[in-house]
Amino acid sequence: MTMLKEGRPTAPAPVEDAHMAPATATGNRALMLEEKLIFEIGSTETTGVDFAQAPLTGSRLGNLARTDVIGLPGLSEQETVRHYTRLSRQNYAIDLGLFPLGSCTMKHNPRLNEKVARMPGFADIHPLQPQSTVQGALGVINELAFWLIELTGMHGVAMTPKAGAHGELCGLLCIRAALEARGDARSVVLVPESAHGTNPATAAFCGYKVEDIPATPEGRVDLEALKARLGPDVAAVMITNPNTCGLFERDMKTISDAVHAAGAFVYCDGANFNAIVGRVRPGDLGVDAMHINLHKTFSTPHGGGGPGSGPVVLSEALAPFGPLPYTARMADGTIHLIEEENVGEEMPRSFGRMSAFHGQMGMFTRALAYILSHGADGLRQVAEDAVLNANYILRSLDDVLDAPFGQSGPCMHEALFSDKGLAEGFTTLDIAKGLIDEGFHPMTMYFPLVVHGAMLVEPTETESKAALDQFILALRSLAERAKAGDDALKGAPYHAPRRRLDETLAARKPVLTWTDPGMV
Amino acid sequence: MSRYFTDEHEWIDVEGEIATVGITDYAQEQLGDIVFVELPAEGASFEKGDDAAVVESVKAASDVYAPISGEVVESNSALEDEPALVNSDAEEDGWFFKLRIADASELEGLMNEAAYKKFVASL
Amino acid sequence: MRYLPLTDTDRRDMLSFIGASSIDDLFVDVPAQARLPGTIPGLPDHASEMAVERHMARLAKRNLSAGEAPFFLGAGAYRHHIPASVDHLIQRGEFLTAYTPYQPEIAQGTLQVLFEFQTQVARLLGCDVANASMYDGSTACWEAIVMARRVTKRGKALLSSGLHPHYVSVAQTMAKFTGDALAYRAPTLDAATDIDALIGAIDKDTSCVVVQYPDILGRVADLTPLAEAAQAAGALLVAVVTEPVALGAIRAPGSMGADIVVGEGQSIGVGLQFGGPYLGLFACKQKYVRQMPGRLCGETVDASGKRGFVLTLSTREQHIRREKATSNICTNSGLCALAFSVHMTLLGEKGLRDLAGLNHALACQAADRLAQVPGVTLLNDSFFNEFTLILSKDARDVVRTLADKGVLAGVSLGRLFPAAPEIGNGLVVAVTETVTPEDIETLAKALEEELA
Repeated sequence: MTMLKEGRPTAPAPVEDAHMAPATATGNRALMLEEKLIFEIGSTETTGVDFAQAPLTGSRLGNLARTDVIGLPGLSEQETVRHYTRLSRQNYAIDLGLFPLGSCTMKHNPRLNEKVARMPGFADIHPLQPQSTVQGALGVINELAFWLIELTGMHGVAMTPKAGAHGELCGLLCIRAALEARGDARSVVLVPESAHGTNPATAAFCGYKVEDIPATPEGRVDLEALKARLGPDVAAVMITNPNTCGLFERDMKTISDAVHAAGAFVYCDGANFNAIVGRVRPGDLGVDAMHINLHKTFSTPHGGGGPGSGPVVLSEALAPFGPLPYTARMADGTIHLIEEENVGEEMPRSFGRMSAFHGQMGMFTRALAYILSHGADGLRQVAEDAVLNANYILRSLDDVLDAPFGQSGPCMHEALFSDKGLAEGFTTLDIAKGLIDEGFHPMTMYFPLVVHGAMLVEPTETESKAALDQFILALRSLAERAKAGDDALKGAPYHAPRRRLDETLAARKPVLTWTDPGMV
Repeated sequence: MSRYFTDEHEWIDVEGEIATVGITDYAQEQLGDIVFVELPAEGASFEKGDDAAVVESVKAASDVYAPISGEVVESNSALEDEPALVNSDAEEDGWFFKLRIADASELEGLMNEAAYKKFVASL
Repeated sequence: MRYLPLTDTDRRDMLSFIGASSIDDLFVDVPAQARLPGTIPGLPDHASEMAVERHMARLAKRNLSAGEAPFFLGAGAYRHHIPASVDHLIQRGEFLTAYTPYQPEIAQGTLQVLFEFQTQVARLLGCDVANASMYDGSTACWEAIVMARRVTKRGKALLSSGLHPHYVSVAQTMAKFTGDALAYRAPTLDAATDIDALIGAIDKDTSCVVVQYPDILGRVADLTPLAEAAQAAGALLVAVVTEPVALGAIRAPGSMGADIVVGEGQSIGVGLQFGGPYLGLFACKQKYVRQMPGRLCGETVDASGKRGFVLTLSTREQHIRREKATSNICTNSGLCALAFSVHMTLLGEKGLRDLAGLNHALACQAADRLAQVPGVTLLNDSFFNEFTLILSKDARDVVRTLADKGVLAGVSLGRLFPAAPEIGNGLVVAVTETVTPEDIETLAKALEEELA
């Protein structure tokens, strides 16, 4: 026989203690690579782009040529790809796993949407091209607008708002314009305690005084308190439905009727529309204005914090006051863009423009592709599965975690827990950081503010039962450890690219830009 | 010199017509690590109860009210560079601002130290 | 229904675990009259990926895309070549499908990018600090006006006639509700900007002067005297940049004394996309940082002493400050900021200067060639990559006619300023590195024909 003695061992030696991994010289840990800042690895002479030689011409820069060193480092193409690829691997994302951020609707982002948005006919057209050359783009806006109106049972839709909060602003500006048109100046907007922070901020941003409406012990708007506060000074009530405790506001129609009887308008925060799309139309509940986060309900990517897109559906009373520009389908089938120059005949009462151009077109194409993929039947199933998944989580964990409104009926799209009952010194933060080690993004924590140590879990409809069961297993184990006072939990996360970060230091001595150590 | 306390967790030292105002040790403990203090400008006039300063932790911003009416004669500029003073020494070096008292009768009805301690214990 | 992983068996099992007899049991809190019994009538049911793609492709084909025609539009949105690796990198799922980095331990990728972005933007605009981005240039401009009001406690803003008219419209819309006073008039067809007039109009009530650089007609002027005059009167100078590539060739507004510099960042890394999503840039002097709107990322350390990044100074923001927040903004243009940052890193200072130089040289060539066309006069003495032509007839009609012939000639002042017919013969022409000498010749010939 022949014998080959050289070569590598093919079975590992037994590991005594996996925790005692030695430090590496580079700080890297196998696939987890540390990455310096571009300012530390690039140089102002390096570039990853080649250009043709510029023709020789004189300079007409008005004696303003920039002669200082700007300080922008460049990298070669290969280094650039590597830098951002390495950084990307330090992020959690929906593509990696369940992302149960309550109120954020982190659902799967279909790649068809990305493909469609990149078609040159959509990606490479200028917002000020003559209308005859962009009929397809105006058609997308018009078709998406049609769907949003039908799905919500409303009268019109303002497409230009850039994000949810911008949509809130749009809705409140419509309300103010409508009130002013009838010579009825009102000064107060009522907002439930459990509302998103954007609601009071938006009301204040457009000049209203904000007053809180209390919640009932079962987590819904206190109808009697609301009715008692309504009066001739109240311009609007802003309600989130389903609300931030994950519950449907049962009295919504009664609330709307009371608000209308008092001469005010109902603004609905549509952040949680995913729970009811295709099953309930806000228009049937008396809503006057509601923004729709296309990046939540309609699957456009969150992109690490934006861009969002927040079209606002409007009731008949508010639609005439919506912003410019907007699209209208003409009798001959062409689609017309209504802007400042022709607004006189078409929409004289519009409150004006709230952003340059036509809104988040790149999100419209994605959202429309998503809506057409699901259709009326699929969207209804979306709401049903989202609500089913949330209730499954709620009932799988309410024996180990406090569910403050667990007795208030089924939840909608999100399950709310609190840190009540954990061992002394253990908080929601510890559970959240423990989830990171278990391979999940934490839930929304410490929101809504009405629940102490809130944990708001929104699984969305795009999670399989197997994924939910895995998440439940992890959260159950963490709840048990926190109840048992397992101190190791307070050090979590152990396995993430970074341990807990010092936010106090960051805020006390803000370092917001990089400074070359050689320069200080 | 006498020291008064309010139920908004502020303390007031009165010396002649000047009142020095800060937040209590209990308040700083509740707020956690203070990262920033926004102080009123010298010469600003406040009615009792007006927003006079802002104290920020990482997760919250709290308004500090003028406990009595008056005109600001000095702000504690040391807090601008070292907001942590409010944590380490809330009731002495961590003072916020000094007021020229407009109406000394407003001091009536404020708590003394013993009463404030009792108030805190009841919370 | 390819995006829904639950099977009917799963659904049955889960309902039974919950103790519900049907899905309707979970919607009991919806008032009966608002429960839809079935799918909404009149809407189509679900469709295959191929069918949807076909439908969308059909709509896309009804547009004349910039790559299909000689293309000269600018006026706040610019067509630049975007390197292939930019789009590849922003489509990495870990960037594309991540959320706002509220859990910094597992969002260092996004956070480090934002820190790098903030530094790049601050340096490009010549400011001390920049935020993690806003919706777009127009809304960033309004936020700057509001910030100047907070800083100065004054309520009157002077808007230059060279400011993009949509930015003016946005400010006017908002000011109607907030009570801010805005002084503004449409531009006239002069080679000089209105800086002298603005200096004369500053008074003790002025919160800020807002000036675009290069302006809507493409003109560039030194902002230093305006900054000095504003600051001497206790007001701020807000500079607006809609074409950031220009700052590879001309001085940064911050270095000329601007207190706040805002801009539209689309030009670097982000495609035209019919107007959105774009990228609002926002930078200012260090002393105003706590009055800034929007997200900020800052450097810190983790529990083991390693450098890391977090969102910081968030007490300015709506989720904490609620009605006292500096703005109601809740998102940033995260993915567009990433695209900007990747493109800027690929360019580097050298590449940016080369790109800017190429733009300016081609624009000079185009301006000279087009000025030779009978019936065309060049307005500008100075410009970067965009200039205004005065035609012998209404430019709006000319633009439409040329579009029918497959030439996208520029943006007419009639489209931008419908209420100022006296400048209706003006045509704003942008020339970037994507324009070829043949394109310039085609436009010149088409104008010759049209103006003959």
